[in-house]
Amino acid sequence: MSNTLPPNLQSSIFDYILALADDELVIGHRASEWTGLGPILEEDIAFSSIAQDELGHALTFYTLLEGLDGGDADDLAFLRGSAEFRNAQLCELPRGDFAFSLVRHFLYDLAEAVRLDRLADSAYPPLAQAAAKIRQEEKYHLMHGRTWVQKLARGGDEARAHLQTALDLAYPAAAGLFEPVEDEAELVAAGLVPPSAEVAASWREVVVPFLSSAGFTVPVGTSHLGGRYGQHTEYLSQLLDAMQALYRTDPEASW
Amino acid sequence: MREWQFNPYHQRIEDALEQTATPPPADTEWGVWEVFQQDRRGEHHHHVGSVHAPDAEMALVLAKENFVRRGPCVNLWVVPSSAILATAYEDADIFQTTSDKNYREAGGYRSFRQKRRGQP
Repeated sequence: MSNTLPPNLQSSIFDYILALADDELVIGHRASEWTGLGPILEEDIAFSSIAQDELGHALTFYTLLEGLDGGDADDLAFLRGSAEFRNAQLCELPRGDFAFSLVRHFLYDLAEAVRLDRLADSAYPPLAQAAAKIRQEEKYHLMHGRTWVQKLARGGDEARAHLQTALDLAYPAAAGLFEPVEDEAELVAAGLVPPSAEVAASWREVVVPFLSSAGFTVPVGTSHLGGRYGQHTEYLSQLLDAMQALYRTDPEASW
Repeated sequence: MREWQFNPYHQRIEDALEQTATPPPADTEWGVWEVFQQDRRGEHHHHVGSVHAPDAEMALVLAKENFVRRGPCVNLWVVPSSAILATAYEDADIFQTTSDKNYREAGGYRSFRQKRRGQP
């Protein structure tokens, strides 16, 4: 298929990519909140660098939206209000303790990796190319998250308790990552994106055995849905207030 | 065998020896790992710095993001700093070349000089 899509698919793929971009931007911003506060210097640097990677992914996706008449990438990131954001609520939850940020990010990276693997085969070439490029960076993110979770799982009762508490909040909320956008069925039928239910199933196939073998109880149920339809917690408005303040003060400023 | 507590950046070998008798409590402080990076296959690994980490695996994970955010790199090594034995700076004179050591260098030989000039 060419880079030009029929008009009906164009608005659906826009919604789909917007959700991906907003996920990256919001979780990237949350991760960046650890800059200067990381548990140790080396991890401070590593986690900050991962945050920058996610912001880079967001830019890649927003730039795709520019090509779909989405307007300026910076405006998309910095001039929309909370109700216009399409990220999963998982991404906007406050950074919490390091265990929460770590577990949240690990669940997110794994979901991203699984989704990007499928999107690399998308019939929409710009999306397929972006996915193929971005997934290269996910390999390290996963190595980082997996290693930390495994070490902390063997790090004594206190570390385990922190991680389990984090998991109890983050795991059900991760369901929001697989909440389909409104017209996903059309996109799936056209071979542009994988069904979110399949992505979720592939994610669970990896994450459940991993967490169980590390000795954690995998929580049941889902929570924090609605993000793909603009429903958010108060935490997103707080995040956007902080993140957008500078740009909104003077959108013309050059950096 | 004595356990060595040695940090080549902050201690001299004498200090390390002194400390060996009463090692500092190590339960809250992670060890130091020296990081070596290989830019291309077949090339030497070169030292790029050090990281604190609880074990070798985590040292590799942290070393990647601390030292190789920008390439090129194809391989990383981490080595416990305590595995390194260093000379003392006071002994730096052992590396000095004094007087005529011409015979130890290829350039000190007539055949080499002739060859360089293109003579048979």
